[in-house]
Amino acid sequence: MSQTRLRAEGLRLGYGERTVVDDLDLDIVEGSITVIIGPNGCGKSTLLRALGRLLAPRAGAVLLDGKRIDKLPTLEVARVVGLLPQAPSAPEGLTVADLVSRGRHPHQRWYRQWSAADEEAVSRALAMTGMDEHAARVVDELSGGQRQRAWISMTLAQDTALLLLDEPITYLDLAHQVDVLDLVHRLHTERGTTVVMVLHDLNLAARYADTLVAMRDGRIVAQGPPAEVLSEQLMSEVFDLDAKVLSDPVAGTPLIVPISAHLRQSAD
Amino acid sequence: MRPVRDIPPVPGRRVLLVGPAAWTFRPRTIVVPAIGALLLVLVAALNIAHGSSNIGLLDVLRTLLGGGDRRENGIIFDLRLPRTLAGVLVGAAFGLAGAIFQTIARNPLASPDILGITWGAGVGAVALIVLGGTGGQTSGLVAELGVPLAGLTSGIVTGLLLYALSWRRGIDGYRMVLVGIGLSAVGYNLVYWLLTVGDVDDATRATTWLVGNLAGVGWAAIGPTALALAVLVPATLVCAHTLGGLQFGDDTARGLGIRVSTARGTLLLLAAALAAVATAAAGPITFVALASPQIALRLARTAQPPLVGSMVLGALLTVSADLTVRLVAPDLPVGVLTAVLGAPYLIFLFVRGRRGARA
Repeated sequence: MSQTRLRAEGLRLGYGERTVVDDLDLDIVEGSITVIIGPNGCGKSTLLRALGRLLAPRAGAVLLDGKRIDKLPTLEVARVVGLLPQAPSAPEGLTVADLVSRGRHPHQRWYRQWSAADEEAVSRALAMTGMDEHAARVVDELSGGQRQRAWISMTLAQDTALLLLDEPITYLDLAHQVDVLDLVHRLHTERGTTVVMVLHDLNLAARYADTLVAMRDGRIVAQGPPAEVLSEQLMSEVFDLDAKVLSDPVAGTPLIVPISAHLRQSAD
Repeated sequence: MRPVRDIPPVPGRRVLLVGPAAWTFRPRTIVVPAIGALLLVLVAALNIAHGSSNIGLLDVLRTLLGGGDRRENGIIFDLRLPRTLAGVLVGAAFGLAGAIFQTIARNPLASPDILGITWGAGVGAVALIVLGGTGGQTSGLVAELGVPLAGLTSGIVTGLLLYALSWRRGIDGYRMVLVGIGLSAVGYNLVYWLLTVGDVDDATRATTWLVGNLAGVGWAAIGPTALALAVLVPATLVCAHTLGGLQFGDDTARGLGIRVSTARGTLLLLAAALAAVATAAAGPITFVALASPQIALRLARTAQPPLVGSMVLGALLTVSADLTVRLVAPDLPVGVLTAVLGAPYLIFLFVRGRRGARA
């Protein structure tokens, strides 16, 4: 159960001249939900892209089940690791059913583009997100929440043991945010899916994560269970934010309440 | 197929099983090319029937099936069939090339005429006519095979240039169209420079080729064209199974296990080769590669141009245009008509904007 599925070793990542992440180590344990948090530009998404072999490391390596992910055939990786990039885009006129069906690509060959397993995985993925009733609709006519659920369905249809989600709830209202995260949690409990995601909402991160990874300037500042990681000191260290950490009355997890500058002035 | 319990079927997808192979389709993606093919046979027969000595439609069909008399055989097989067959082959190749380019660029403007492949092929062909010829006497083997081969080579080189110049950590459709318009202008100007350099007879010959002409295509040109397409078309259809994934952003496509650069590069080269083969055979017949994928897409109501449908419509469009030209103005090359149709269509695409005009 506590076997490492995905491991980053001495990772250095960057774009062009710029180094974003340097000498980073991280273990993703089987069956866990890991949430990466940190301020804008701290390298969260870059790290997630590297874990999903979308970005080649400058130094170090990403290991999937002990093997270098960049040395494995990419189709083989796609049957184990599913990923949802930030703001994915679909061609105009594509139906939800077609979008989700394309998640089956790694399981298909050019001469076998559909199978019973494909049918089952796509139907199940549509049903899990409640998108089955919208399956015949065109993606660009959906609301933001429905569209995000359609994309998540595509990732689910890929039927992978690991899921990497880059800000899966950013454009959703609070109710839909909770819906999506509940879905992720269900996958985790029902299928034992290992999840790594980047989230901005710290309170939701604290509620759903087994492990929180707090990053700043391309380094991991703290990692562990939310109750250990989220402290008032960490808030100022990572986010330069004055905040109080209370206990979430619903979940019992840490609840971050920021102390805004204008409130502090009026209190003085 | 094993029935799936408790799970509703995925709407709009039917499965075609051939042994271990399986493809999904929608009824419309089969019906559209089927009707198109029937119309194509009809128009092709009309095109063969029409001429200085009219032959009845039924006689044409009977002759094609091997029951013609000597006179009919002579007229149909030696004179008229090559022209129509060339139209079918060239149109299908343009249709498929256009469908691939438009899907990869996600832009309905991306067709070999706009992207410079056609003019690129023109540079090679005209260069050979003008520079390689001996004072208007380019003939024999050089004319039969040399000109198409030169067109093919320079068309593929243009495809490589297009790929190299629009590559910047991946291919962006919009950048590809802009680079292609640039390449088109370079090719266009090179062609006209070559025409001013060459002597009058060569220039005249080159100009006839440059407007896109099916009239001069004989069996000698059809053989190599058919052979090239027999390799390129199946290769393209096999490689095309990554097209669906490639239409998403690069990250999503990679996540699905597609080697994005390799898959995209291969398809672009195949499409460039298809367009170059067609251009080499009949000159740059514009508009066909631009319009037939978009018409097929609307008829089949799919999110990306259907490949087989685009081929059938490309062939239908080319042969219909040829027939129209022969009925209305027998001396006009078919490329003039397609160019005349192409201009308002291009304006229509610009006016419609992104909405509705998709690829």
